[in-house]
Amino acid sequence: MAAHDLKNLTLNFGPQHPAAHGVLRLVLEMDGEIVERADPHIGLLHRGTEKLIEYKSYLQSVPYFDRLDYVSPMCQEHAFALATEKLLGVEVPLRGKYIRVMYAELSRILNHLLAISAFALDVGAMTPLLWWFEEREKLMEFYERASGARLHSAYFRPGGVNRDLPSELLTDISAFCDRFPPMLDDVQELLTSNRIFVQRTVDIGIASSEEAMDWGFSGPMLRASGVPWDLRKSQPYDVYAEMNFEIPVGKNGDCFDRYFVRLEEMRQSLKIIRQCLEEMPSGPVKTEDRKVAPPRRAEMKQSMEALIHHFKLYTEGYKVPKGETYTAVEAPKGEFGVYLVADGTNKPYRCKIKAPGFSFLQATDYLGKGHMLADVVAIVGSMDVVFGEIDR
Amino acid sequence: MDQGLQELGEFIQLSMPEAVTEVIQEHEELILICALEKCVSLLTFLRDDSNCLFKILSDICGVDYPEREKRFDVVYNLLSTRHNQRVRVKVFCDEGDLVPSATAVFSAASWYEREAYDLYGILFCNHPDMRRLLTDYGFEGHPLRKDFPLTGHFQVRYDEAQKRVVREPVKLAQAFRSFDFMSPWEGVSNTPIEDQKTHNTCEKDS
Repeated sequence: MAAHDLKNLTLNFGPQHPAAHGVLRLVLEMDGEIVERADPHIGLLHRGTEKLIEYKSYLQSVPYFDRLDYVSPMCQEHAFALATEKLLGVEVPLRGKYIRVMYAELSRILNHLLAISAFALDVGAMTPLLWWFEEREKLMEFYERASGARLHSAYFRPGGVNRDLPSELLTDISAFCDRFPPMLDDVQELLTSNRIFVQRTVDIGIASSEEAMDWGFSGPMLRASGVPWDLRKSQPYDVYAEMNFEIPVGKNGDCFDRYFVRLEEMRQSLKIIRQCLEEMPSGPVKTEDRKVAPPRRAEMKQSMEALIHHFKLYTEGYKVPKGETYTAVEAPKGEFGVYLVADGTNKPYRCKIKAPGFSFLQATDYLGKGHMLADVVAIVGSMDVVFGEIDR
Repeated sequence: MDQGLQELGEFIQLSMPEAVTEVIQEHEELILICALEKCVSLLTFLRDDSNCLFKILSDICGVDYPEREKRFDVVYNLLSTRHNQRVRVKVFCDEGDLVPSATAVFSAASWYEREAYDLYGILFCNHPDMRRLLTDYGFEGHPLRKDFPLTGHFQVRYDEAQKRVVREPVKLAQAFRSFDFMSPWEGVSNTPIEDQKTHNTCEKDS
């Protein structure tokens, strides 16, 4: 066959595909088995979260954040809570801050457990997923004991956290921290020196530090490219300034480094959780400002004032003074930001959600160009994308 | 007020006087109001100048103010890992105004601009691939505009007889409810209760 008879094949990947991590649709232009161009089609999970939030009070907006990145719900709530607190000028009590930091780190482990094991599954290793799902379930039990729900917790609220932790929970988390590291070692042993895993990930989808910044990467994706940048260190919120932990940084910015950075981050998260457990102060978990946080149930039985506050908070909600802020947290996937514009009413005027995965996925074309079809699967897997937050 | 941010803002305004029309500091965050046609040169300056080095574009988003003469804000959130600082650049534009695309400065801008076009109908010129991003194939309208109803205009369902997905105008089982909480108990400028029943906040906004 003459050369001019050959033409590129357009291949549709997804939206229902085991390696699509949800509902990604990739339109790939292939030259044989080499990817010439990758065009991700997103929005198949678009639910109009930002529009809905404009019609809800600030408190009613919180549960929408659970449903963005449903693998690490509390970290998204954290960003919204911090943004609202900033506009309200509300200070969270120390115990509330410690609980938040501890749960944000539990969320990070929760997220990375799935990120790494699903990535490993994409490139052919099934065992990590089976092992780590059990650990995830244990972590979600901690979620349930604190908030009442395994996934959509609505636990971090503007002003603090919803309610105090039940007794014994801290002891159980501490026991988990002791039991958990061997699970990390097991999977590390399975993957890090595994010939198949290494061949599928090393030197695949490389982004240099300059490229990573140009594409707006953040979190493990940026750190894997050798940029030591973590908002928990550089712009600490809540009590991260007091925490002792280190930032793992990669060297090559390939898929393997992204895996390894995440693995090490889990160990650092454990360190933070342990420190929180040791230093956990006593006291209230949410602000005593009754115009923002509801009163205790017992108080409402006695006080008319408390009853009125409760009624007003759960019907009208609080009014947030006019202003705007861009507040970001270091969510497990990267910088999760909330650009909140308040117009002085009880509803946000605009709530733009900056999802880390959005900018990662955008770079699929750049990272995947010239690689094999199977490598695109590895690249998408290493990005740790969740469509709840990308499509919003 | 943060002294360092204040100085940075003044420095940027001095260096780019024709681009920066106003420097605001709010909640310890620096906001630069920029002239529409100069925004790319300002972004380039912010990225490359050694005092700025805002190399990461965190976000671009639109905000809709229908009552304003220039209806939309386009908001760029930038981050400098070198100086550990953030800055927010805002340009104002109207429906039909062409905003110069920032894709040449930041590769990351591409999808954010597509998103702003999709959700607000803000037009960007010199964008390499301007298509809708988040909404459905064949979607009409720009859903995040304040005059776009929350329920949308169309609903889809699978039709058993025709064996395909059909698109129909939205039918609501219950009328859309919008509670007006501008309570008459606090503040004086609120509408009386009788008016609230006839008024819908949704209509007021538009």
